[in-house]
Amino acid sequence: MEYFAIIIGAIFVNNVVLAQFLGICPFLGVSSKVETSLGMGAAVTFVMALSSVVVWLIEEYILAPLGIEFMQTIVFILVIAALVQMVEIVLKKVSPALYQALGIFLPLITTNCAVLGVALLMVQKEYGLLEGLVYSTSTALGFAVALVLFAGMRERLEFEEVPKAFEGVPIALITAALLAMAFMGFSGLV
Amino acid sequence: MLLQVHQNRQRKEDTMSNNKLSLILKGIIKENPTFVLVLGMCPTLGTTTSAINGLGMGVATMAVLILSNMFIAMIKNLIPDKVRIPAFIVVIASFVTVVDMLMQAFVPSLYSALGVFIPLIVVNCIILGRAEAFASKNGVIDSALDGVGIGLGFTLSLTTIGCVREILGSGSVFGLSLGIADYMPLVFVLAPGAFLVLGFLMVLFNKYLKK
Repeated sequence: MEYFAIIIGAIFVNNVVLAQFLGICPFLGVSSKVETSLGMGAAVTFVMALSSVVVWLIEEYILAPLGIEFMQTIVFILVIAALVQMVEIVLKKVSPALYQALGIFLPLITTNCAVLGVALLMVQKEYGLLEGLVYSTSTALGFAVALVLFAGMRERLEFEEVPKAFEGVPIALITAALLAMAFMGFSGLV
Repeated sequence: MLLQVHQNRQRKEDTMSNNKLSLILKGIIKENPTFVLVLGMCPTLGTTTSAINGLGMGVATMAVLILSNMFIAMIKNLIPDKVRIPAFIVVIASFVTVVDMLMQAFVPSLYSALGVFIPLIVVNCIILGRAEAFASKNGVIDSALDGVGIGLGFTLSLTTIGCVREILGSGSVFGLSLGIADYMPLVFVLAPGAFLVLGFLMVLFNKYLKK
C-alpha cells in the first residue's frame, strides 16, 4: 500500500514536470513528435532508475559515514554524468538495437535536471533502497507520461494557425499550462 | 580581401571601446536568457511563486555564474580540451555548494522556499552555456562582465515573473499586501499559473521588445 501511494504520487499527483518543474528543457525540446518523446521517456526511465540505486549506495556507504553530505551536489552530478557515459558504451556493445533507439537521447540526459533533482529529493526524503527505486522509476514514468501527452497535443498544434507572437515556445507553454491544470485534478488523491 | 580584413579589424576595435557596457547590456534584452534563449526553464517556472523568491533565485544563479565564469576564464589554458565539460561541471558544482551553504546559513527562509532548485543550479544550462561559449574563450574581466549581464537578465526576468504571479495569485508585491487578496485566483501561484504567466510574458516580449 505504501509503495502504491509512492507510485501514484510520483506519476500523477506530484508529476515531475507539471507540478515540480524538473526536466522542462527536454519537455519543451524533444516533444514535437510522439515517437521521439517515447524514446526520450524510455531513456530517462532507464537512467533514472539506475542512477537512483547508485546514488543511494554512495550516499549510504560513502557520504553519510564520512559526514561529508555537503559534497552531494558535486558527487551526484559526476556520478550521473559518468553513469550516462557508461550506459552509452555498454548499450552500444551489448544491444545495438536498443542503442539505436535510445542513443541520441542519452547525452541529453546528463543535463536533464530531473535526474539530479530526483536523486537529491530521494536522499532528502530518506527513502530506503527499494522505496527510492520505486520512487525514481515512477517519477520517470510520470515524466514519460507528461512528455507523450504533451507531444500528442503539439502534433495537433502544428496544423493550427497561431498569432505570430505566440509561435514556438509561448504557445507550447500555454498548452503546458492547460495540461498542468488537468493534472491538478489528481491533487488530494494520495 | 585585405581591405575586408582591415575593415573587420577596424570594426573590432570600434566595438572594443564600448563593448564593456554592451557586454552587460546584451544579456538584458538582446540575449535575455529566459525570453530569447529560453534557457534555465526549470528554476524560472519552479521558483517564481513570489517576487522575492524569483529575486533570490536570480541573485543566487548570478553569483554562481559570475564566479564560475571568472574561474573558468582563469584556468582555461590549463584544461585539456577533451575533458573540458566535466572540468567546467566540477567548477560550477563547487561554487553552487558554496552558495548553497551560505544561503542555508544567512537566509534560511529563502533557502527552504527555493528547496531543491539551489543545488540544481549546477544543471542550469545558462551557466554551462556561458562557460562553453564565452568564458573558455575570453579574459577574466570580460567573463565577469558577461556573467553580470546574463545574470542581471535572468534575475530581472525571474523577478518580473515572480511579481506578476504574486500580484495575480495572492494580491501582493514583495510580500506587501495590496488589499485585493480575496479577489485573486490562486491558480497563478500554483503550477499552471507558472506556465501561463511565462507564456504570456514571452508573447509580450516577442511583440514589443524583440526587434
